[in-house]
Amino acid sequence: MSAARRILIIGYGNPGRGDDGLGPALAAMVEREGIDGVIVHEDYQLTVESAQDVAQSEMVIFADASMDEAGRFSIVPILPVPSPQFDSHSLSPGTVLYLALTLFGAKPEAYLVSIRGYEFDRFGESLSKKAEANLAAAAKRVFALLSESVSSL
Amino acid sequence: MSKTKVIEIEPLTRVEGHGKVSIHLDDNNQVHDARLHIVEFRGFERFIRGRPYWEAPMIVQRLCGICPVSHNLAAAKAMDQIVGAPRLTPTAEKIRRLTHYGQIMQSHVLHFFHLCAPDLLFGFDADASMRNVFALINLKPDLAMQAVRMRKFGQEVIRATSGKKIHGACAIPGGVNKNLSIPERDALLKDMDQMKKWAQGALVIARDYTLENLSMIERFATFSSSYLALVREDGALDLYHGALRAMDGGGNLIFDQADYRNYGDFIMEEVKPWSYMKFPFIKMRGRIDGWYRVGPLARLNCSGYIDTPEAAKALVEFKSLTGGRPNHMTLAYHWARMVEVIHCVEKIGELLNDPDLQGEDLAVKGDRAEEGIGVIEAPRGTLIHHYRVDENDLITYCNLIVSTTNNNEAINRAITSVAKSHLSGAPRITDGMLNHIEVAVRAYDPCLSCATHALGQMPLIVEVFDTSGVLIESRTREK
Ligand code: NI
Repeated sequence: MSAARRILIIGYGNPGRGDDGLGPALAAMVEREGIDGVIVHEDYQLTVESAQDVAQSEMVIFADASMDEAGRFSIVPILPVPSPQFDSHSLSPGTVLYLALTLFGAKPEAYLVSIRGYEFDRFGESLSKKAEANLAAAAKRVFALLSESVSSL
Repeated sequence: MSKTKVIEIEPLTRVEGHGKVSIHLDDNNQVHDARLHIVEFRGFERFIRGRPYWEAPMIVQRLCGICPVSHNLAAAKAMDQIVGAPRLTPTAEKIRRLTHYGQIMQSHVLHFFHLCAPDLLFGFDADASMRNVFALINLKPDLAMQAVRMRKFGQEVIRATSGKKIHGACAIPGGVNKNLSIPERDALLKDMDQMKKWAQGALVIARDYTLENLSMIERFATFSSSYLALVREDGALDLYHGALRAMDGGGNLIFDQADYRNYGDFIMEEVKPWSYMKFPFIKMRGRIDGWYRVGPLARLNCSGYIDTPEAAKALVEFKSLTGGRPNHMTLAYHWARMVEVIHCVEKIGELLNDPDLQGEDLAVKGDRAEEGIGVIEAPRGTLIHHYRVDENDLITYCNLIVSTTNNNEAINRAITSVAKSHLSGAPRITDGMLNHIEVAVRAYDPCLSCATHALGQMPLIVEVFDTSGVLIESRTREK
């Protein structure tokens, strides 16, 4: 990993489960732009080893599908806060940040992008129409955030 | 009329997927039964019908976000038969093995350190605030860190062989997608010595825990059972390929070197009304006595030896505990898992030094067949994928027996055994008692998300019912 690359975007969810694939879909959009200094990861869920990648970054953007997001999407800053239960291979973004802090002493600036999805119960590699539209809206804001952040580094 | 009470535990914590445990008590608060229920729908086998066969190794990765590599490999092994490639090129087989050892190491390490170590280190009765990985981070930060770095190493092995996590895949019908470049190899090689040291350290922790707590462990969900695993032709442990061996609780072989393409001659599946998860059994032993265990404990019981030096020594020590007879202790799964971690790390080291990994011959093809059956030893045990494909290359039939389904009856027995010894006659059910049940479930490292063929993350529930079926207590651990 080169020292110049300091922004990490992790899109997570299962693209085989309808709108659950919103997170990886956003990651793929960012990757296609090929922005200098931005590393893109995709995964089915956040896992403990994500903490090591997070610790090597100055800024991290987590992207996930949401079933209960009130609007079409939201982008909020997040802090290292462990969820009360750590009971599986999959973690919350706050827990990943907490592991990065406690195990690696790193506290990058971090955001969670939650994109509203609608269909999570079906098998299939496609997003619903409404989710597609929300993704496009979220991506616009994420690109704006990235271009601000890249130029300020 | 007598009454039974039923206690339910839901969600089960530190278990993959979603399900619940119910414990049935009689009038005198004596446990007479306990069951693990899967409360989800299954649908993947139907979903994949009508898709072209070459998509299967890729699509099945979506079956479970925890186990994508295992499903990729099992499906690809089935599709090798469909494309007429009974023998892969050395490069293809070794790349598949490399990714497989990477995922087993990674899965076992996370399970042991982050999901189970809090129980083992702080006690099954410890306060709930202590029984989690954050307590581990506070008290043993070095162990928590090792686990993360070992996970990361396993992840890098998978990345180097599969490409991208979601949109890549290691195995394709008849071979693999890519080889390992010299820079990729060297990046992994530089961490090998460290991984070997940490794997040895983990083994010592698991072994010492077992030996120091032996009198408890011998009484905690210890019961005789049959065991099933793939073994190599010479009886050695082989996690990627071999033939099926089953032994009974006395260590006598029920069958051996059975070609897994004939699994239907040896294994049958029963459906019970209260769970979506099927109950497989060994045909010649029958519906009642044919249940068996799979996974690390079963593999060590079934294997005559291991072909890497440190794991070989560890296996001898493991087997000496029970005088060479099968080990029936549920909690010995932890020790067995760490023996396998050493083996995987040693195998990764061997493979990284093998120039075949840089070979260019990645896939082969021969005469097209209509049926394919792939079996591997996944982290949680024997995993079976079975497909039929029509003349238009479309899948017409799919049957999956996942590792956790193979352990279904064993997990139910383990829960019943612990419930009988810890809950029977108790005037009140405490959190510590319920955690004992969960400790028994967790020892098998079930992946309920695989077992239901449902996807995504699902929390698990413990319920207690009375004899008339009225729910009297329910524990739900919200996330
Ligand atoms: Ni799974």
